[in-house]
Amino acid sequence: MRQRAPMLVSIVAFGYALLYVPIVSVVIYSFNDSRLVTLWGGFSLRWYASLLEDDKLLEAALLSLRIAVVSATFATALGAIVALALHRVARLRGRVLLSGMVTAPLVMPEIITGVSLLFLFISMANLVGWPMNRGAATITIAHITFSMAYVVVVVRSRLANMDESLEEAAMDLGGRPLAVFFDVTVPMLLPALVSGWLLAFTLSLDDLVISSFVSGPGATTLPMFIFAKVRLGVTPDINAITTIIIALVAVAVATASIVTNRRRPDAAQ
Amino acid sequence: MSTETNGDRSLRWLKRAVAVPYFWLLLFFLAPFLIILKISVADPIVAQPPFTPFFEWGAEGIEGIRATFANFAFLFQDGYYGIIYAASLKMAAIGTLLCLLLGYPMAYYIARQPAQRRHLLLLAVILPFWISFLLRVYAWIGLLNTRGVINEFLIWTGVIDRPLAMLYNDFAVYLGIVYSYLPFMILPLYANLERMDLDLLDAAADLGARRWRAFVDITLPLSVPGIIGGCLLVFIPAVGEFTIPALLGGADTLMIGRVLWDEFFVNRDWPVASAVSVVLLLLLIAPIMWFQRLQSREHEAVR
Repeated sequence: MRQRAPMLVSIVAFGYALLYVPIVSVVIYSFNDSRLVTLWGGFSLRWYASLLEDDKLLEAALLSLRIAVVSATFATALGAIVALALHRVARLRGRVLLSGMVTAPLVMPEIITGVSLLFLFISMANLVGWPMNRGAATITIAHITFSMAYVVVVVRSRLANMDESLEEAAMDLGGRPLAVFFDVTVPMLLPALVSGWLLAFTLSLDDLVISSFVSGPGATTLPMFIFAKVRLGVTPDINAITTIIIALVAVAVATASIVTNRRRPDAAQ
Repeated sequence: MSTETNGDRSLRWLKRAVAVPYFWLLLFFLAPFLIILKISVADPIVAQPPFTPFFEWGAEGIEGIRATFANFAFLFQDGYYGIIYAASLKMAAIGTLLCLLLGYPMAYYIARQPAQRRHLLLLAVILPFWISFLLRVYAWIGLLNTRGVINEFLIWTGVIDRPLAMLYNDFAVYLGIVYSYLPFMILPLYANLERMDLDLLDAAADLGARRWRAFVDITLPLSVPGIIGGCLLVFIPAVGEFTIPALLGGADTLMIGRVLWDEFFVNRDWPVASAVSVVLLLLLIAPIMWFQRLQSREHEAVR
């Protein structure tokens, strides 16, 4: 009963074009020799070379990477525990509150999260004397908090269609709970943990609004640096940064999908 | 019943371990909201932090609570904020509608493809999500500029002879919202449309229904949960959106996220900024609760 629907196909094609045209155009123009963004002045790698000389940029990129690695790791560990507890412990005390607190950040406008966390840090500094200076540490805490929510979603959906009989068997054979957890449960959850970690890592690397609020003088992350520059318009070196990030993401996504597919041959996602 | 006790043992450590993220979320997610509520009723003062304390500490402990609703009164008397809230809601609503108009056909199309292609098309929808949101919004500046790619192309083909003003106005913001949030619209819609029982459509066709009729009478009503889910996922964050109006909007594009940012970093009026965010949160509480209910129902269905 399938019929041709040219209208539908052209809407779909338009949608995909909308998603990819901006990315492709940035990549193309990152190799443009001309300073005028739209004028093609020949192929050149000069904007990539200029990135290497920009100490402020490299510093910001390094800070962002450090924050992203630490916060993704903590968010994955904490998020996995929350997902397991919500999935397995039927009569969990404060269940409604917990599941509310992990789903709310998914839709909470970042600007509210940013403002409220800043006020928390100020109040904490007044009450317990920490954190006296806001910077990498406060940004990391903020990132762990919101990216945990995404890890919970990923791990929960894996738990929902995971076979629990292996763990039960290991238990029956007398495995101690922690040993069973690390030898059986964690390997089975690994694809979800890897994609959860990558998601948390990307979200942290990408965050502008929340970081801006909870950061202090001296701590400038990559998005904060980029935002300050692009607010004034298009700059060719930002095109080069974008292209590098796209390349890194492509590698990461390819790695993740290989890992996931090897574990789950019939993977749906 | 050794499995029982083993299972209980493993649950016991999980119950203990969950206290850590629980405490973390109480401290870094819930407490901050109580604090903005508190600060929104404080007086602004020139100090660091620039607001009055909530509790007066005396010899006997808390002697009084200082609260003022002046900040809220200011918000409501000053028509400026009312206009901005209304404008933000309007822009988010129109953006969400446009997103739905584009996302629905896409989700519908993807859901009707053979399995192999379906996964590929879906992956292509998710993929851009992994690339920095800020940089993807930035990419539109180069496209929409008066001397940007689109204008140069249209002039070159002779469709127009003077560049169109596409950047730094509401049009660019709508485009930015549709572009950035499209995957959030498509995914819940797809999940819903993919599950749908195609036999119903076949039956309708057997009974002589036109495709369009079958769609309007069967597919559309059945996909309402997906539509609601997708729209909430787009609408809620779009109301408070900062990056899109800041980069693509014009000087007259007033969205609450941007105003809040300026109130904070430019005017440094923290109690007013805090009152602005409390009102924003109150506006969004109903859609957020709605979304939470949808989510938990989904989890119940899976379990």
